[in-house]
Amino acid sequence: MAPPRSPMAPPRSFLWARRIFLTLITGFVLLPVYVMVSSSLKPLQDVSGTFRWLPSGLTIRPYIDIWSTVPLADYFVNSLVVAGAATVCSVVIAVFAAYAVSRYRFRGKRVFTVTVLSTQMFPGILFLLPLFLIYVNIGNATGIALFGSRGGLILTYLTFSLPFSIWMLIGYFDSVPRDLDEAALVDGCGPLGALFRVVVPAAIPGIVAVAVYAFMTAWGEVLFASVMTNDTTRTLAVGLQGYATQTEVYWNQVMAASLVVSVPVVAGFLLLQRYLVAGLTAGAVK
Amino acid sequence: MTTTTATAETDRRTVSGSTPGAARGPRRPGRIRRIGLPYLLLLPALVLELLVHLVPMVIGILMSFKALTRFSIRDWGAAPWSGWDNYKISVDINAPAGEALLHSFWVTCGFTVLSVGLCWLLGTAAAIFLQDTFRGRGLLRTLFLVPYALPVYTAVITWAFMFQHDNGLVNHVLHDQLGLTDKPSFWLIGDNSFIALLTVSVWKGWPFAFLVVMAGLQNIPKELYEAAALDGAGMWQQIRRITLPSLRPVNQVLVLVLFLWTFNDFNTPYVLFGKAAPEAADLISIHVYQTTFATWNFGTGSAMSVLLLLFLLVVTGLYLLLTSRRRKTADV
Repeated sequence: MAPPRSPMAPPRSFLWARRIFLTLITGFVLLPVYVMVSSSLKPLQDVSGTFRWLPSGLTIRPYIDIWSTVPLADYFVNSLVVAGAATVCSVVIAVFAAYAVSRYRFRGKRVFTVTVLSTQMFPGILFLLPLFLIYVNIGNATGIALFGSRGGLILTYLTFSLPFSIWMLIGYFDSVPRDLDEAALVDGCGPLGALFRVVVPAAIPGIVAVAVYAFMTAWGEVLFASVMTNDTTRTLAVGLQGYATQTEVYWNQVMAASLVVSVPVVAGFLLLQRYLVAGLTAGAVK
Repeated sequence: MTTTTATAETDRRTVSGSTPGAARGPRRPGRIRRIGLPYLLLLPALVLELLVHLVPMVIGILMSFKALTRFSIRDWGAAPWSGWDNYKISVDINAPAGEALLHSFWVTCGFTVLSVGLCWLLGTAAAIFLQDTFRGRGLLRTLFLVPYALPVYTAVITWAFMFQHDNGLVNHVLHDQLGLTDKPSFWLIGDNSFIALLTVSVWKGWPFAFLVVMAGLQNIPKELYEAAALDGAGMWQQIRRITLPSLRPVNQVLVLVLFLWTFNDFNTPYVLFGKAAPEAADLISIHVYQTTFATWNFGTGSAMSVLLLLFLLVVTGLYLLLTSRRRKTADV
């Protein structure tokens, strides 16, 4: 990991500063997590009245009710399909593009990388309405339903993570010695053979990092999900708002559902985070 | 691990007799296929970026010059041209629309500066404090990444619950337990909403800074610290003279990325406040969304988005120019 500073023992002032800072920041980080977990186990009257640190009685009722108050399972499947498909497509496309940029010289290379990267800074709001109109027009002209379908959302999301993925993979592929795939070419592999047999296996950490990033981007997106979905394709990002009715917000159910929705992503991320750190070191931070 | 295998393989292959540079030269057989290949590999990415980002952007720019209402939007191509009208409405600070946009712009600027600054500060401090090994370091590192890993909307919904007037944790602690306020405050409407938004944004954003700085720390050679320690530099001095200066290139990328994300952030205010944010926390992305979709001023909304993009382009350009010039002078 990071190089430790000096071999000598840190001074007392440093140790105290570290203790105080780490305690405060840990509290800050954990506070919402505690609220989420504890509230999800409280009866409704506990979350409707004055806040209580400890529940008056523990109940798993919210975890049962969340599935019937709103069609959470359907939203879950939608999110899973959309985020999963967007991730797979985005990673495959980014691998091809990054390989081309990393290994070949060609006209327009700089233009390509600059253009792709600059799309990162477009405010989403700028192309929300035009994209919506394009999808509707394509639908009217060809009968391919993009607006309101999972396909449209997949298409949109995969381009969100694409620039960052390509950028990070270029750095990663650059760190794989060129001799390796050139040797594979000499040994009779085609360029794609060299990519899949040599470069991709050597860059697995980078590819995993990019996949994690793509999945999280798609799983957490709100703006396009709220405009471009309908009752049957709604994702979790929009669906969770369903626990608020005209008269009451079922906060214990909201927290239970939030937890259920978060656990897969957080667990996956924490398991794979060392790849992300490794990927950032090789790709982004240079 | 990969590096070891890589070197071993390179050695073997080199021995087996490839002339250096042979694979790269254009004189190899099959060159026609290979010249087209990079473009073929780029094609999917290019087509998708064009379809989802660039074409919509061009259409967005076109729309900003048209008189678009909810009636003409269905056939937007046939809508009448309006010249610079939408832009005039957007920048006329004496009229309600322009005044509101300017207000929202300043709110966003203040919010962005504070949020990026705090994220950077917390992330850097945490990364430096976790640089040396001590008990519990691994656990803390994992914990600190939780806000980054949580889906935005679940994190923000939880904060929205904590900021509730009657049943939220924040008022319970500040008013009921510590007695710091006379009566429970409103956090999601009125002036306090800015503080609420900033808190959530920093909570969600600082782990990314932490992650990037942590990665950056790995590139600092250990010898620098050892040499400094031999010269008698204490720990605080090492941080000030070695760690922080060495992080400069990393920080330049980090601050730019944080700036763009924070300035464009839509998810946080949207989940925290709903479709219309309180005036004190009316971030520009929500403001444009509101203009476009709630009041159906599609043309004006587009003009505002284009202005926003221009601003981001100018700031990013200036920033890149300044940082690259400073880097050059530093090299000399």
